Amino acid sequence: MALGQKSGPALAAYGLGKRFGDRVACEDVSFEIGYGEVFGFLGPNGAGKTTTVRTLSTLIAPTSGSATVAGIPLTPENHTEIRQRISVMPESPGLYPRLTVAENLECFAGLYALANPRQRVDRVLAAVDLADRADDPCGKLSKGLRQRVSLARALLNEDADVVFLDEPTSGLDPLASREVHDLIDGLRQRGVTVFLTTHRLDEAERLCDRVALLNTRLRAVGRPDELRQLMFASTLTVRTLAPLAEPGPLFGGLPALESWRVDADGTYQLSVSDVNIAAPAVTRALAASGADVLSIGESQHSLEDVYVQLIGDDERADE
Amino acid sequence: MSASTTRVRAIYLKEFREYRRNWSIVSTMAAVPLGIVVFPLILVIALPASAADSLGGDPLVILLGIPAIVPSIVAAYAIVGERVQGTLEPLLTTAISSAELVVAKGLAALVPSLAISYGMYMVFVVVTELFAQPLVASAVLQWPYVLAQLAFTPLLAVLSIWIGFAISARVSDIRVAQQMGALSSLPMLLVAYLISFGVIHMTLALALAIAAVLVVLDGWGWRVVAAAFDRERLITATK
Repeated sequence: MALGQKSGPALAAYGLGKRFGDRVACEDVSFEIGYGEVFGFLGPNGAGKTTTVRTLSTLIAPTSGSATVAGIPLTPENHTEIRQRISVMPESPGLYPRLTVAENLECFAGLYALANPRQRVDRVLAAVDLADRADDPCGKLSKGLRQRVSLARALLNEDADVVFLDEPTSGLDPLASREVHDLIDGLRQRGVTVFLTTHRLDEAERLCDRVALLNTRLRAVGRPDELRQLMFASTLTVRTLAPLAEPGPLFGGLPALESWRVDADGTYQLSVSDVNIAAPAVTRALAASGADVLSIGESQHSLEDVYVQLIGDDERADE
Repeated sequence: MSASTTRVRAIYLKEFREYRRNWSIVSTMAAVPLGIVVFPLILVIALPASAADSLGGDPLVILLGIPAIVPSIVAAYAIVGERVQGTLEPLLTTAISSAELVVAKGLAALVPSLAISYGMYMVFVVVTELFAQPLVASAVLQWPYVLAQLAFTPLLAVLSIWIGFAISARVSDIRVAQQMGALSSLPMLLVAYLISFGVIHMTLALALAIAAVLVVLDGWGWRVVAAAFDRERLITATK
C-alpha cells in the first residue's frame, strides 16, 4: 500500500495521548477525518488542543495511541514525509519581524522546496489580499495583517493534504474573517482536510462539517446538529397574547410532547420528542382552545449551548 | 538543486537577512573583533626595533579570540531568536530535517565569522607591515604563525558555534543566550592570551595537539547539537 493514498481517512487518531511527566495533556483522543472535511477542534484553554495538533504535526511524540496523518502512519521514520504533506498555522503568527512579507514567504517556499516559489508567493499573497504589502516588514504590520501573512504561509505548501489552522480569524475584522472563511471553503473544495482549532463557536458551527469537543479527553464528536440533538430535546416556544386558562389539560395529552413549563415572561416552553408531530398538534390544540397565539417556533440550541453543557459538566464534576 | 539544498539555502539566506537587520548582532560582530585587535596592534606598532628579537608570532595568537567569541554570540541567537519571535514552531513543521537546520544555521554563523576573523587578521598584517618597525614586522609575521592562524580559525569557529547552539537550544532569553555564549568562549580566549603572553610556549607538537583536540571536539559537538535539535526538546524544553 502506497504511503499517503487517499482511500482511507486523511487524519485519524486512535486512543492518542500525551503526558508530560505526571501531567496529562490529553488522553484517549480518537477520531477519523475524511479528505476535504473541515473538522472543528474545540475546548477550553489547557484542554490539550495544542498538544494534539503538535502531536499530529510530528512536533512531539505521543505517549499512547496511534494516528495517521495525510494517510501516513505517525511514526518517527515517516515524520519528514508527513511534514511534506501538511501545513500548520499556529495561533501566534510567528513571522520574522525584520523580514518583509515576501521574504518571510520566500523562506518557507524554500523550506517546502516549491518548484516556482516566486509565483506561488504571489498567488498566496493575492489570495489573502496582501499583494500590495509584499515589501512591508512584517514587524510593522497590524495584528490582523500578520494573521493574514501567517495564513498565506499555511497556504504555500501545494502538496498539503491536511492544513492545521489554529484560531485563523483571531484579530481579524468581520470582512477579513469572511475572506478567511472563503479560503477555508476553497481548501475544502480542493479536497484538502482542514483541522480548525477555534474558540469561536459560531465560526465552527458555520464552517465545520464536524466538530470535536476536547477537555483532556474527547467529550463529543459529530456534526453540530447531531450534537445539539444528542444534548438537547427539541423545544417548541409558544407565545400567546394572554396566559392560557388551563395549559395543563391543553398540553397534557398531545402526541410527542414530553413536558412543558412557562417562563416568567409568559412564554411556554414545550419539550418534544419529534417536532414534526408535536408542532401541528400543538397548533391545532391552541386554535381549538381559542387562545390568541402570537407565535409558535422551534427553539434552536447553538453549538455554544452544547459546549457550555459538556464543558460545564466537567467543571462541575471537578469542583 | 536538491530539495535538501533548497531548504538549507532558504534558512541560510533568511539568517543573513536577519543578521543584517539586527542591530545587536551587527554591533557584536563589529565591536568584539575591534576590541580584540586593537591591543596587539598598538603593542606591535609601539615596539622598538630592538624588541624584535624577543618576539615570536605570539601577538597574532590573540586574534584567535575573534573566531572563539564571535560565532558563539551569533550562534546563541539561532534557536532562542526563533523561539522568542514565535517562528520556531512554524519552522519545525516544515520538511526541514534537524541536520539540515543545523547545517543551515551553522553555515550562517560560520561564514560571517570567518570573514570577520580573516578580515581582521588581514587588517592586522597590513597595518603591521605599514606602521611597525620592519624588524618587528618580520618577527611577528612568521609563516608558521600565519598558517596556524589560518588553520585554527575555522576549528575554533566551529566549536564556538556548537557551544552557541547548545546554549541557544536551552534558554528562553536572547540576551542570556548571548552572554552565556560569550562567557563560554572565555576558556579558549584564555589559552590564546596565555600563549600570546608567553606563559604557554607554542611548539609544533603543542599546535598539532591543540588542533587534534579541536577536531575531536568539533566532531563531538556536531553529535551533541544534532541531538539538542530534537523537535520535541526544542518545542517543549522537556524530555
